[in-house]
Amino acid sequence: MATVSLQKLVKRYGALEIVHGIDLEVADREFIALVGPSGCGKSTTLRMIAGLEPISGGNLKIGGRIVNDLPPRARNISMVFQSYALYPHMTVRENMGFSLKIAGMKSEEIAPRVEEAARTLDLTHLLDRRPSQLSGGQRQRVAMGRAIVRNPDVFLFDEPLSNLDAKLRTQLRTEIKKLHAKVQSTVIYVTHDQVEAMTLADRIVIMRDGHIEQVGTPEEVFQRPASKFVAGFIGSPPMNLKDAEIADGRVVFVNGDSLPLPRRFADRVTAGRKVTFGLRPDDLYPAGHGIHSGQEADVHKADLRVSITEPLGNETLVFSEHGGAEWVGRMLNPRRLRAGETLPFCFDLSQAHLFDRETGRTLRG
Amino acid sequence: MNENAKARLAGNLLSLAHKLGLFIAMAIICLPGLWIVLASFRPTVEIMAKPPVWIPQDLSLDAYVAMFSGVGQGGIPVIDYFSNSLIVSITSTVISLAIGMAGGYAFARFRFRAKSSIFLGLMLTRTVPGIALSLPLFFVYSKLGIIDTHFGLILAYVALNVPFTIWLIDGFFRQVPKDLAEAAQIDGCTRWQAFWQVEFPLAGPGIASAGIFAFLTSWNEFALASQLTRSINSKTLPVGLLDYTAEFTIDWRGMCALAVVMIIPALVLTFIVQKHLVSGLTSGAVKG
Ligand SMILES: Nc1ncnc2c1ncn2[C@@H]1O[C@H](COP(=O)(O)OP(=O)(O)OP(=O)(O)O)[C@@H](O)[C@H]1O
Ligand SMILES: [Mg+2]
Repeated sequence: MATVSLQKLVKRYGALEIVHGIDLEVADREFIALVGPSGCGKSTTLRMIAGLEPISGGNLKIGGRIVNDLPPRARNISMVFQSYALYPHMTVRENMGFSLKIAGMKSEEIAPRVEEAARTLDLTHLLDRRPSQLSGGQRQRVAMGRAIVRNPDVFLFDEPLSNLDAKLRTQLRTEIKKLHAKVQSTVIYVTHDQVEAMTLADRIVIMRDGHIEQVGTPEEVFQRPASKFVAGFIGSPPMNLKDAEIADGRVVFVNGDSLPLPRRFADRVTAGRKVTFGLRPDDLYPAGHGIHSGQEADVHKADLRVSITEPLGNETLVFSEHGGAEWVGRMLNPRRLRAGETLPFCFDLSQAHLFDRETGRTLRG
Repeated sequence: MNENAKARLAGNLLSLAHKLGLFIAMAIICLPGLWIVLASFRPTVEIMAKPPVWIPQDLSLDAYVAMFSGVGQGGIPVIDYFSNSLIVSITSTVISLAIGMAGGYAFARFRFRAKSSIFLGLMLTRTVPGIALSLPLFFVYSKLGIIDTHFGLILAYVALNVPFTIWLIDGFFRQVPKDLAEAAQIDGCTRWQAFWQVEFPLAGPGIASAGIFAFLTSWNEFALASQLTRSINSKTLPVGLLDYTAEFTIDWRGMCALAVVMIIPALVLTFIVQKHLVSGLTSGAVKG
């Protein structure tokens, strides 16, 4: 069990800087998810922690000890690769026991630990197969089994579920969560699936272009996104983000339509400020079909014309026109809607966000 | 006749035609070999007969008996030649494989300056025909005093084989996903252990093929060996064949018998190693 701390960690390939000095403190036994768009440096960061990629600058501490220049084997970490990276010439049993064998353990000591891990992951009946004889999900589990037999201080996962189909992904997600509850190790989990991050992590780290945009609990990053980027990245369907300008206590969109300035921001912005207005689909709903009744303070009502709908069974996503742009709202307890129908909508402005248009940072302060 | 029966008949005819075609091709390929084996058992009159005698009349082991009966009684120092061949071929194969593995791994895994030019350069060395090298090599070797030594031949064969072994082994290491060596390092291996525990076994078939190739090249090589060897100190079997030629006569039967003696170890080796040539070992390493 160990803490991991990244201090001004930098990665350069020649003159090209990929990771620009990131700081992160991971507590003991914490589950951290690293999310961000493709190419933002998640894998690179993880590989630096693993010791597979030399660190160009800053410090990396595991359990309080600086490990910058130690090889992977001296860091007591284990890693699950996106490709699983199982050894094809070994059986599942040998794959899982490999690290113990390398550590010089006797086969009588290895066997019980492998079997124990196999039981945890429901792999007992597959122990004598080779990786080529397993399905994708089974390979995934073997890769996890190989990681847990060793009782490492830190688990590193690099998009472990991204090669699986949606259903299996959900199932294995739950298994990873159970596994973490059981083994109680520190976990750093890279994914670009925000649902995985939200459901698994204690804290989420959102990365963009080699910087950390925000670190916070799933609730924090969802409810109080620090930037426009985070707001758009977390949540599905993504937050409605529309460029606007402040004038006369109103938020005026590019085509002249406007909404009242959310009260929370009344004394934070001055007229003429260029902003991006953000509202989650949950906070834009046909009257009577929202999470809230629509009678709360700071709810703005407006009639909107429905352009298309996406019924999902228990709810319907409603796309409609406002301020010269398309907004998506969420309709609970849906009824059948016709395209072109005009409905009274509630904008729950108490949940609205304003971001500076230039910097993208939140204006909440 | 309905369509299905027709299609089945056409299919059968086609497969028959395939088999016939293959048989003819195989017969053409195998006939010379068979002819050599046959010729080693029959008297010269029968070998030289025109039109050829297809069904042997009178088979005997005379040529083999003579070959092993020592110099002076129509024999040649076949044991010496054989052991020279073996020493030279095995040693040069082992060395070429070692260099080929190191070089192939480097080309497959590392990035360094002028990599592709170096690679191309290695391949270009193979475009020079061996015979063109034999005279310059002869001069250099005689100045160095390594004519007619095992060392000299081994050196020449290693140089001949290394570009090929590097090229072949490089291809096989490329097929082993990089993730595997990294996973092994995470599992506690050093780079060196990761190589021997994971990458080497997976590239095994390639290394075995490179080994067969290098061995056969050295075993069968004639052009260089004929210049660089003199005596039973280092003469190899292919050069030994020349012992059967006199000024005006050629002992075809003896030559064929020696050729058979040469072919046998090569065949045996190929059979032993081909078991290990199972490819597709890396399947299942990554993804689904
Ligand atoms: N060897 C390399 N040389 C130069 N640039 C590299 C190298 N490896 C990676 N990069 C660059 O580093 C950046 C970050 O790569 P990284 O693999 O960390 O992205 P990622 O966040 O894991 O993306 P994904 O979600 O697609 O896996 C990318 O822009 C990539 O092009
Ligand atoms: Mg990645």
